[in-house]
Amino acid sequence: MSNHIIDPNKWIDSYSDYLYNYTISRVNNRDIAQDLVQDTFLAGLKSMKNFKGEASERTWLISILKRKIIDHYRKINSKKGKAEVRMTYNSDTETEGDWLEERVADPFDKTAEDTLENTELGIAIHNCIGKLPEKQSQVFKMKTLLNYETEAICNELDITASNLWVIIHRARTAMVACMEKNWY
Amino acid sequence: MSNIKLECQEANYLCDKNQYKETNFLERVKLIIHLIYCKACRKYTKKNVKLTKLINNPKVETLENSQKECIKESLEKELINHQQ
Repeated sequence: MSNHIIDPNKWIDSYSDYLYNYTISRVNNRDIAQDLVQDTFLAGLKSMKNFKGEASERTWLISILKRKIIDHYRKINSKKGKAEVRMTYNSDTETEGDWLEERVADPFDKTAEDTLENTELGIAIHNCIGKLPEKQSQVFKMKTLLNYETEAICNELDITASNLWVIIHRARTAMVACMEKNWY
Repeated sequence: MSNIKLECQEANYLCDKNQYKETNFLERVKLIIHLIYCKACRKYTKKNVKLTKLINNPKVETLENSQKECIKESLEKELINHQQ
């Protein structure tokens, strides 16, 4: 039997943020990214019987997502004419007619490396959150990423405030360790 | 004096709280005094602040719960179709 079991009911809680960050760094649009993530889950559902359990669920979903992203770019390309190199020339009078090389970004502004690192930060963070125990990741996400009030979380999950801070503390310690290994 | 001195555990608790800006002035003073003489807590605080900075980076995107519900619904519909 396979080592990995598939359970679509947990997909959204466990993987949606990871997939979303992965997509956003590739399509640069929140709505499109959300649609692609949704398509990925639906496609995953349809081809569930093809899942052999050789890879983890997440890896498998990412491989579907990659196809979806490629399809997305194909689609927008075919709408606009095929194999066309698209560039928009600036209509500013100052830069009009300049070669592309003359219009490269200001090197003091932000290096390419910075943005590269930034795009992958979201993936790294959600990767680490995915490794936390379920309760910790749930509380940590609500508190840190969605900025819920302490009281609101306590009410929703039926825990006391001191309980919440202990969970947060454990989650943060684990997050620091995980990020140190994978990021810093 | 005993009111001002903190155990490390309390200091860490205040440090965590401070990451979400939920400490009051007195608590911050207590934490800073503790950090002056406690090396271990200084280290923890440093890492904790770094983590906060990383997470607050605008490139870290999160789906709102409402968006997740929306995806969930469409997935559930499909799941029912699938089982039939």
